[in-house]
Amino acid sequence: MIFGLVLLALIVIVVLWVMSIYNGLVGARNEVKNSWSQIDVQLKRRHDLIPNLMETVKGYMGHERGTLEAVTKARQQAIDLSNASAEDRAKVENALSQTLRSLFAVAEAYPDLKANQNFLALQEELTSTENKISFARQYYNDAVLRLNNRIQMFPSNIVAGMYNFQMEKFFEVEAAEDRAVPQVKF
Amino acid sequence: MWEMVRANQRHAATLVVVMAALLLAVGYAVGEAVAGAGTGGLLVAFAIWVVLSLVSYYSGDQIFLSLAGAHQIGKQDNPVLYNIVEEMCLAAGLAKMPAIYVIDDAAPNAFATGRDAEHASVAVTAGLLETLSRDELQGVIAHELGHVKNRDVLYMMMVGVMMGAIVLLADLGTRVLFYGGGGRRRTSSRDGGQAQVIILIVAVVLMILAPLIAQLIYFAVSRRREYLADACSALYTRYPEGLANALEKISRSTVALHSASRATAPLYIVNPLGASAKGLADITSTHPPTSERIRILRSMGGGAGYGQYDEAFRKVTGKPVGVIPAGSLRAAEHAPTSAPKAPDTRERLERVRHTTDMLWRLNQYVFIACACGTTLKVPPAYLGKEIACPHCGAKHVVTATAPTSAQAAAS
Repeated sequence: MIFGLVLLALIVIVVLWVMSIYNGLVGARNEVKNSWSQIDVQLKRRHDLIPNLMETVKGYMGHERGTLEAVTKARQQAIDLSNASAEDRAKVENALSQTLRSLFAVAEAYPDLKANQNFLALQEELTSTENKISFARQYYNDAVLRLNNRIQMFPSNIVAGMYNFQMEKFFEVEAAEDRAVPQVKF
Repeated sequence: MWEMVRANQRHAATLVVVMAALLLAVGYAVGEAVAGAGTGGLLVAFAIWVVLSLVSYYSGDQIFLSLAGAHQIGKQDNPVLYNIVEEMCLAAGLAKMPAIYVIDDAAPNAFATGRDAEHASVAVTAGLLETLSRDELQGVIAHELGHVKNRDVLYMMMVGVMMGAIVLLADLGTRVLFYGGGGRRRTSSRDGGQAQVIILIVAVVLMILAPLIAQLIYFAVSRRREYLADACSALYTRYPEGLANALEKISRSTVALHSASRATAPLYIVNPLGASAKGLADITSTHPPTSERIRILRSMGGGAGYGQYDEAFRKVTGKPVGVIPAGSLRAAEHAPTSAPKAPDTRERLERVRHTTDMLWRLNQYVFIACACGTTLKVPPAYLGKEIACPHCGAKHVVTATAPTSAQAAAS
């Protein structure tokens, strides 16, 4: 009788313990999903803003054909891959960031363009969207780290193994040399 | 990050209980000393506390905002500020964006209020928008959202209200005791004898000490929360230098904030009532010395995580125990700093012009772009009338808000 009760109590404790670990894992996974959707929103917003920007700058820097085409091409690539894996998307989106950066660097040489209110508003919007992408990515990577830690660390790794929780991939920051503002020569 | 919120809540809950006990004790003491009825005083104190807490829970933020004279703004009023708040929400992982308010005051300062993350507001002064560059402003907003994320705003408000109630009750008690109901007290104490006298003495001592104790608790906690919010700001922006520069600029400003009072002072990022000297003033000040906060932020050694902040805190203050709860420290990973996300291209003059334009718009001024290149800013009293441009003499009819092209593009 006593033995039975002790056994029952032990089982209840174990079940409760597994439950709390499981809930923690689900919470961490949802946080990863949720923060990924935040990145997604910002990436889409950037895709939507670029045509407006192109329309505005075309009149001023029409002969910077190479720079403009690079942005349009990179945007198209990014849109084409918008359902691909995080890794592939990171690659094309980073390429798009870089073409945009060189576009704004080239724009520095056009005082008329820099005085255009429309351009300034769009520049603020795109710079901010860029920031939002990187802050959302920062939070996403933190969330992925928290989930992966739980999946790998004892004792939650046992529960994670039982219910087949998968590790998530980081949204990598581009290499340091890519981050540097490109040099513009005239 | 969640460990920190939880540790914060435990800390705050203990504090609320201590304050409530102090409040009830004062209530009892005042009741006993004034009318010889301690239980009555207890009930009155409890009732005052419940009413004040309910009011502050449901409309405390609105009261603070209107005391500060804050106007709510939308994206079209100040796209840069709006974007910065949006960016910091993403970095902090806040689900809902707080409402943004601007205070028409030249002193640079900011505060956050609201009962929880879903009902939060951030207010900045016009002086702050004019003084700070984009990454400095980002540091300040991140500090404020740190308060929101740590649920500081609710507890500071609740504890502040209790402190107010204690001061009020004790003040009332001493007044009645020394000027008013003296006669009644004497008769009642003569009836009760020795014990009554002792209770009376204890009550008087409590009435004198309680407000001081309450304020000391409040100030100590308020200081600790400022450090925590600084650590959050460094983590969210990954650029502690931004907030350090901002604090430096804010503390260098000599303009006083007109709308701040002793009651609302603890809410601001830097004490709006002027810097207090180090020493005795330290225990009674709601904010840590700004120079110390700046030194901590600058000694984080290329890191932006909680661990680095805690280390820098211990190094600068010489205290053996840091400010970050142990649970968060264990979970803290090394977060390297990154370059400022958006180097500011706008000159100070441009920021001043944008901010003043925004304030004019908030006051219903009408902007008319004349064909000659002049922008006319017309007070709302001229609505419907015809005015002439002072430069070219062209006539304009003043109609309600015609958004400029820049506004239309940004929205």
